Amino acid sequence: MSDISDMSSFWSGWVTVIVLGSIFGCAWLLWVTRKSQKFDSETEQTMGHEFDGIAEYDNPLPKWWLVMFMATIVFGLIYAALYPTLGNYGGLLGWTSHNQWQKESDAAQEKFAPLYAELAARPVEELAKDEKALKMGQRLFANNCAVCHGSAARGNIGFPNLTDHDWLYGGTPEKIKETLKNGRNAMMPAWGAIIGEEGVVATAHYVRSLSGQETVDSTQVAKGAELFAANCAACHGADGKGMPAMGAPNLTDGVWLYGGTQGIVEMTLRNGRAGVMPSFQQTLGDEKIHLVTAYVYSLSQAKE
Amino acid sequence: MNIASTHETYNYKVVRQFAIMTVVWGIVGMAVGVLIAAQLVWPDLNNLFGLFGPDFPYTHFGRLRPLHTNAVIFAFGGCALFATSYYVVQRTTQARLFSDTLASFTFWGWQAVIVAAAITLPLGITSSKEYAELEWPIDILITLVWVSYAIVFFGTIMKRKSKHIYVANWFFGAFIITVAVLHLGNSAAIPVTLTKSYSAYAGTIDAMVQWWYGHNAVGFFLTAGFLGIMYYFVPKQAEKPVYSYRLSIVHFWALISIYVWAGGHHLHYSSLPDWAQSAAMVMSLILLAPSWGGMINGMMTLSGAWHKLRTDPILRFLVVSLSFYGMSTFEGPMMSIKTVNALSHNTDWTVGHVHSGALGWVAMVSIGALYHLIPRLYGMNSMFSVGLVNVHFWLATIGTVLYIASMWVNGIMQGLMWRAVNEDGTLTYSFVEALKASYPGYAVRVLGGAFFLAGMVLMAYNVYKTVKMKDAVALDSVPQAA
Repeated sequence: MSDISDMSSFWSGWVTVIVLGSIFGCAWLLWVTRKSQKFDSETEQTMGHEFDGIAEYDNPLPKWWLVMFMATIVFGLIYAALYPTLGNYGGLLGWTSHNQWQKESDAAQEKFAPLYAELAARPVEELAKDEKALKMGQRLFANNCAVCHGSAARGNIGFPNLTDHDWLYGGTPEKIKETLKNGRNAMMPAWGAIIGEEGVVATAHYVRSLSGQETVDSTQVAKGAELFAANCAACHGADGKGMPAMGAPNLTDGVWLYGGTQGIVEMTLRNGRAGVMPSFQQTLGDEKIHLVTAYVYSLSQAKE
Repeated sequence: MNIASTHETYNYKVVRQFAIMTVVWGIVGMAVGVLIAAQLVWPDLNNLFGLFGPDFPYTHFGRLRPLHTNAVIFAFGGCALFATSYYVVQRTTQARLFSDTLASFTFWGWQAVIVAAAITLPLGITSSKEYAELEWPIDILITLVWVSYAIVFFGTIMKRKSKHIYVANWFFGAFIITVAVLHLGNSAAIPVTLTKSYSAYAGTIDAMVQWWYGHNAVGFFLTAGFLGIMYYFVPKQAEKPVYSYRLSIVHFWALISIYVWAGGHHLHYSSLPDWAQSAAMVMSLILLAPSWGGMINGMMTLSGAWHKLRTDPILRFLVVSLSFYGMSTFEGPMMSIKTVNALSHNTDWTVGHVHSGALGWVAMVSIGALYHLIPRLYGMNSMFSVGLVNVHFWLATIGTVLYIASMWVNGIMQGLMWRAVNEDGTLTYSFVEALKASYPGYAVRVLGGAFFLAGMVLMAYNVYKTVKMKDAVALDSVPQAA
């Protein structure tokens, strides 16, 4: 064994000496105490000193306890010989926590790889209709995605609903897979300092009018329309229908990631938003991402 | 009181102060415990059902949990240790405390630490180290109190009238010295502001230092210290000699030399080097016999006095505490075995294990000791109501059993659900399914905690009546027959 976790030989020796010293120290203590026992069985003899009326018998160490103590010491020494315990000495079995993981991981790989390879070779559209593949995709979703998107994939505030037809970055199998592999970093800038508080309020009125929400003030809407054209249209489009290439949401469909009340829309405008979808490439790998893609794709297909 | 009699009598004032505060902080700490257990059943309790608006973070689980642990370990447990060690060291050395002024400082200083903890933790001011959450100004106050405690305790030992030092005092002494070292080592930090500091250690080393501290807080604060209590109050209450002086020597030295090694078992299968994990596991297993030495010595002291259990609920508290001590010190080494730990780690099993020690051992032995102590401190023969002591005993025992049984069930179930794998290699259960399955166990835990807390409230009433009994006379002025 030689990797970066190796200690210098001084520290390795130090560890060895104090580990063995502690263990043999206990063995020595047991041995001398047992040897100096005056009695072999229980006695009425006390030590002769008394503290606040409390005397102490000179009883021997209980035999079963002594045997148990020695047995744990022997076990400890054997364990230290077999497994890495004494500094850099790796143990007779050559065990490390890393190679235990590697072995278990390899065994799982060998057992399950053919199954995943077979499924990965089939197109997403086909898997989206395959009950077994969907079941596997759903299990992966439940353990990796449900924390944010919910166990029914209906989303939460700040986390998109995956069962509707509203896609921030596109809902084709290719786009879903891209999102899963690379993650997404949404970037709605903070406009508060640029367009001012009045501008924020007016723009929010305009944005809400796009999806036909009531209680919008027509003078504010007109003012907001100008600000929108100048500042927001670059990403959200002149008609406010969004731009999937940038992840800029469609503002006309009444689907709100962070909420569509006047106050919330103002907050979004004022402070910006920075939604993050993490990359799952490292966690899941290509084949499992393929299955999750099929599952997520199927969620909005089923309704058609 | 004139100077001549001061030399002849003991300082019971500080013992009385700490004894009363043990009961008070016990109720506070356990009440917070019941509240946070209830939050896991009724999540809306996190902000008290919105009583103070939706944004009320001060009662959230994450802030009250450290308040609970600090209150029961350091406020309740700490006051019990101060009270009993000051009492025992005086009685067994036949000497008055080394310094009344310093002893009084330890009382008021320790109360100040507790109050500071109760204010800062709900405010979210924390160093984020488990069982050492208090920020650096409070850490400094703890250090001052602890050094004063050591001076008072060892100063009194120096004044002793007999050549030998009684075994209870070895354990109290080891507890005081080691806790000082642990506190200084683990709390080393770089202050940034008055309320924020950063640990002096980084990464894995920080984790190892934390669990060297954390595990020995259990080993020395909650084990060695309370074994000191056991070694005085068990033979005293049973009116029998200690079973084996020889056994007490061996298990004392083995316990204190092996315990300091065991902290690494909190970091199995982590980035801690393999050798440190293995050494911690080996030492944890070797620790079984030294831990049981104390249980054997306590239990065997009762041989020939078992009939007293029928009539003496105080002795029942002490015996049952030893049983829970034996059980949790068996469970601990088992859980330190890597393959067992792979199942138990991060589950409620750990929480159950801690409480079989904290409720079953630490709280029960303290309660037993206090029921012995309080009448004597106020010049009475016994508590106001022995019947209520008995009711308290059953409430505490049933509460502890409900608590640990529900956490065993939950813990093993969680461990099994988390590792269950389908035929396609995917996990059978998502996290939330295991959480949902734990729900009944959480409800039983609230019930168990409520039983235990109810017992403490009865105790407070009983103590109040005992102290207020008309003929109660303080013993300070009566010279002690040694």
